Amino acid sequence: MIDLSLLSDGGMAWLDASGPLSHLVLSTRIRLARNLRDHIFGVQNTPEEREAILSEAEGAARKTVGLGQAMTIRLDRLEPTDRQLLHERHLVSKELAGLEGSGTVRSGSALLVQDRVGVMLNEEDHLRLQGLHSGFSLEAVYEEVDRLDSELGQRLAFAFHPEFGYLTSCPTNVGTGLRASVLIHLPGLVLTKEIAKVLQSLSQVGLTFRGLYGEGSEVVGNFFQLSNQRTLAKSEFDLIDHLGRMVRQVVDYEEQARQVLLRDAPAIIEDKVWRAYGLLRYARSLSFDEAMNLLSGVRMGVGMGLIPNVRLYTLNKLLIHTQPAHLLAAADGTSRSAAELGLQRGSYVRALLEADEDRAA
Amino acid sequence: MECQQCGERDAVVHLTQIVDNNVTTVHLCEQCAAEKGIESASPINKSPLGDFLAQLGKGVGAGVPADTPHMSCAGCGMTLQDFRDLGRLGCAECYRSFEAPLRELMRRLHGSTTHLGERYAPPGAPAEEAGDRVEELRERLRRAIENENFELAASLRDRLRELE
Repeated sequence: MIDLSLLSDGGMAWLDASGPLSHLVLSTRIRLARNLRDHIFGVQNTPEEREAILSEAEGAARKTVGLGQAMTIRLDRLEPTDRQLLHERHLVSKELAGLEGSGTVRSGSALLVQDRVGVMLNEEDHLRLQGLHSGFSLEAVYEEVDRLDSELGQRLAFAFHPEFGYLTSCPTNVGTGLRASVLIHLPGLVLTKEIAKVLQSLSQVGLTFRGLYGEGSEVVGNFFQLSNQRTLAKSEFDLIDHLGRMVRQVVDYEEQARQVLLRDAPAIIEDKVWRAYGLLRYARSLSFDEAMNLLSGVRMGVGMGLIPNVRLYTLNKLLIHTQPAHLLAAADGTSRSAAELGLQRGSYVRALLEADEDRAA
Repeated sequence: MECQQCGERDAVVHLTQIVDNNVTTVHLCEQCAAEKGIESASPINKSPLGDFLAQLGKGVGAGVPADTPHMSCAGCGMTLQDFRDLGRLGCAECYRSFEAPLRELMRRLHGSTTHLGERYAPPGAPAEEAGDRVEELRERLRRAIENENFELAASLRDRLRELE
C-alpha cells in the first residue's frame, strides 16, 4: 500500500472547503504543460530517455522552494489500485496513472508533490505542473504554479518557440500550456433544465466542460469542470481572468436557479434534499452512482440552508472516500465484490454523517 | 421554445440580427437553421483536431501535397501520417518540420498562431522583456490588494522585489 501520510491530509487539503464559494466550487486547478527542449516527447521516446527526463526534472525540482521537500511517487512501481487511488484524489491524471485503454503505466511515470503544488513527470508532456486549491481561487493557484514554473524554468531548458510559445505534444495545449479548471456543483441549473443552455453559451466563449475526473469522464453528481479550451493567442492572465468572470456568472445563474426552485417548489425541493439525506444516513448498501447523486442532493440542501449540521468538508470527504480504490484501501487492499463494496460504502457514509450529527448535538 | 420557422421542433439557435438599427432575434431549430445556412455551435459536436486530421488524410490541408503524409521530422523521425494517427507530436522539432500544416491547425484550434503569454528565456540566456513581466506582476498585485487577498499580495510583492 502506498503511504501518503507525509502529505498534508494525504494530498487532499483541497477538500477542506476553506476556499471562497466552497458551497458551490469544490476546487480550482491550474496546470502548465512543459517539455524539455533536448528530449523527444512522450509518444516517441524510449524508457532510457524517460529515466533521464525524470532524473533531470527531479534534480531541478529539489533545488526549488516549491518542490524542494516534495514527496516523489513513482507510478510505474505502484499497484493498479494505488495508482487509481492517486487519480481519485485528483493528484494524477488518468493517463499518468495508466488507467486508460490498455491499463499499462508508462515507465518513468512519476509525481512530485508538496503541499498544494505538484508536477507530473513523463505524462503526455515531460512536465505537467499543477496547483490545486480548495474553493474558487484562480489567482492564488496561478501564483503558486507560476512561481514554480519560474523556478523550474531557470534550471531546465524548456521547449519554447518565439511565435508559438511553449511547445507541447498535442497542439491543443501549445502557447501558454495552461489549462485552468474550476470544479463546480450545479444541481440548480440541472433541475431547472437550464444547464444545456449555460454549457452551450460557455462553449461559445471558448470554455469547455468535463466531468468530475477530467478529460473523457462523465458528469456525476452534478459536478462540472469548467476550463479554458484555447491555450494560445491569449496571455495567462487573460485566460484566467476570462474563466474567472465566466465562472462568477455561472455562480450567479446557479444561485438564481436555486431561488426559483425555492420560490416555485419549496415543498418538493425540501423533500428531495431530506430524502437524499435520509437515504445516505440510514441505507445499508450504496452503489457508487447512487451515492454520488444523493451526495449532490444533500450538498444542495446544505448550500440552500435547508439541512443544518452537515459540514461541507464531510461532503467533500465522502465524495472521494467512497470511490472504489479508497474503499479498497480502507479494507486493507483485499479485493471485494461489488456487493461488499456497496455495504462498505454505506457504512462509511453513515459513520461520517452520524459524526456530524453528534458534533452538532 | 418552438422554432419560429417550422413551429415543430425546439429552437436551439438564437440569431440576433441588426437590420436598419432594429435588433431582432430569430429562434430556430437546428434543421431550419441549417437550411438557412446558419451553423450551430453545440458544446460537444466537433473536435477541430479530428476535423483537421481527417482533412489531412484527404489531402485537403492547405498546401499539403499528396506525398507529405510521409514527410518525416528531422528531430524524431515521426511522419505526418504518424501525427495523423496519434494526434501527438514527437518532439519540439516537429513544429518546424511540419510548420505549414501545424500553423493551419493552430489557427483553427486557437484562432491565431501568436503566443501572447509569458516570454521564456532558457537558463543562461539573458532574460527578455523583464519590463512586461514586471507590469503583469504589478497588475496582479493591484488586483490582489483590491480583493483583500493579502497572502497572494505578499507573494507577488516578493517576486517584484526579486525582479526589480
